[in-house]
Amino acid sequence: MAEPLVIATNLSKKFGDFQAVDGIDFQIAPGEAFGFLGPNGAGKTSTMKMIAATSPVTSGTLSVFGLDPATAGPAIRARLGVVPQEDNLDTELTVEENLFIYGRYFDLPRAEIRQRIDELLAFAQLADRKKSKVDPLSGGMKRRLTIARGLINRPEILILDEPTTGLDPQARHLLWDRLYRLKRDGATLVITTHYMDEAEQLCDRLVIMDKGKIVGEGSPRSLIQEHSTREVVELRFPAGEQELVASRIEGIGSRIEVLPDRILVYADEAEKAIEEVHNRGLEPEMILARRSTLEDVFLHLTGRSLVD
Amino acid sequence: MAAPALRVVEANARFYRHTWRGSVISSFAVPFFTLLAMGGGLGRLVDQGAGTGRGAYLGFIAPALLAATAMMTAAGESTYPVVAGIKWTKNYHAALATPIRPPDLVNGLIGFLGIRLIFNLAVYAGIMVLLDAMEVGPALAAVGPAVLTGVAFATPIAAWCATLDDDRALSSFFRFGLMPMFLFSGTFFPVDQLPSFLQPIVFLSPLWHGVELARGAAGVPESPHFPWWVHTLVLVALAVVGLFLAGRNFTKRLHT
Ligand SMILES: Nc1ncnc2c1ncn2[C@@H]1O[C@H](COP(=O)(O)OP(=O)(O)O)[C@@H](O)[C@H]1O
Ligand SMILES: [Mg+2]
Repeated sequence: MAEPLVIATNLSKKFGDFQAVDGIDFQIAPGEAFGFLGPNGAGKTSTMKMIAATSPVTSGTLSVFGLDPATAGPAIRARLGVVPQEDNLDTELTVEENLFIYGRYFDLPRAEIRQRIDELLAFAQLADRKKSKVDPLSGGMKRRLTIARGLINRPEILILDEPTTGLDPQARHLLWDRLYRLKRDGATLVITTHYMDEAEQLCDRLVIMDKGKIVGEGSPRSLIQEHSTREVVELRFPAGEQELVASRIEGIGSRIEVLPDRILVYADEAEKAIEEVHNRGLEPEMILARRSTLEDVFLHLTGRSLVD
Repeated sequence: MAAPALRVVEANARFYRHTWRGSVISSFAVPFFTLLAMGGGLGRLVDQGAGTGRGAYLGFIAPALLAATAMMTAAGESTYPVVAGIKWTKNYHAALATPIRPPDLVNGLIGFLGIRLIFNLAVYAGIMVLLDAMEVGPALAAVGPAVLTGVAFATPIAAWCATLDDDRALSSFFRFGLMPMFLFSGTFFPVDQLPSFLQPIVFLSPLWHGVELARGAAGVPESPHFPWWVHTLVLVALAVVGLFLAGRNFTKRLHT
């Protein structure tokens, strides 16, 4: 493996007495799409800000491009692109001006910025909006513009903090498509998300974060293999009966999870599990067989759901 | 290669291209009518009466108005825009994801303010010359001290605003801080007119130092209280200490 671009060892972040990031270790290699999956408050944004050299490390060590963010902040940021969780485009300015000012912050020559703006707006499918103000753009367009802005300096790593949170499904898929393209062209992406499908779609490798700690690590597939079964059967029973029925389901598949509204049966073969449920004389209101997802991994590792 | 602060100045200038219309009234119209009303109307009365003891009334207030206008423009630029950059539009956060550092934002803010002050005050001084308030030379000479006055206000105010969570304190600051200062810093009448126990309070007003420095530069007979270099020292000290504090507070607030 090539020299990692980011190396974190026992990395921690405290806000006053509050431990937002609690001694995490990870490495990000060039060309990979690396994810941080975790619920709200897990410490993903805090970690991103430390990598982006805009938030000082409390303890542990962090190296980005072999540099120390505490002393080489501007040099690190010159080689990064950041798409923050909250859009912070200048809404008074036009689409073009937003990119132009950003290019100037990176000290790029004006002629180069102008050329780059056209390429990036084509990439972000905003070419016809070049002269329009930012304010009236849709959420998806603003997000794509923020990504274009983050690419203006041809960054070696693009950091995306919850890139599709708050977008409708269509805008979301359009955005994913743009990110696949970047991936295909060899970009290194660092993505945080609390959507397990987003992590599965986009990430080559990811860590699962909860309460400031990393609780699992690997490719989406290896995480599922390691921490879940191949398939899952979801059973729904009439309200109130759930707990009663649970004890009678015990022993089917390799393990079960009782959620407030349904029971999950983890089994490598869903059909056999369903047969067994019927054999035991149980009549669920609904039966759904599906493949395991990262949601199941998260549930197994933390005992909680990703999205509350 | 342009220094980071210069790139912030450039960004501020681009931003200003969209917003300058809103600032024309406060930058030019208000000072113009103040000069007209005070100088023309009130001035005749004063000059026919006891007088200022320091030349004609219009010539007495003209350099003071340059300094006071600088204060108001500076306060406008170092209050709401700072809170907005941190809390509302968050454009400071956007800039800081690039090689720009928090002190560059401060220097860029002050740098662009300096340019605006020079331009605005030069125009204002030109109007004063046309209205016969001052000669060309003294009018231009008074612009420098007025710009210094603006910067001496902007840096400490920006440092303070970088610690705010919202703008609730700001309207009180304008109403109960800057307005009284505008009126009672020897701007419209010599401080000797105030009861003597109030005079030391006026000496604490940075605007009074700016007003007196601008008057001195414009050739208005000097006030009997302090020499010009004391006024300069006070203003430079405020500007420098404010710049240091603003850099520190911006960093503390934005690199958390
Ligand atoms: N500037 C801050 N001051 C105090 N607490 C903070 C600050 N930023 C984040 N936190 C807290 O740290 C925890 C982790 O936050 P964050 O990193 O934003 O999580 P995530 O991005 O995974 O949702 C949260 O409980 C949050 O309230
Ligand atoms: Mg977050």
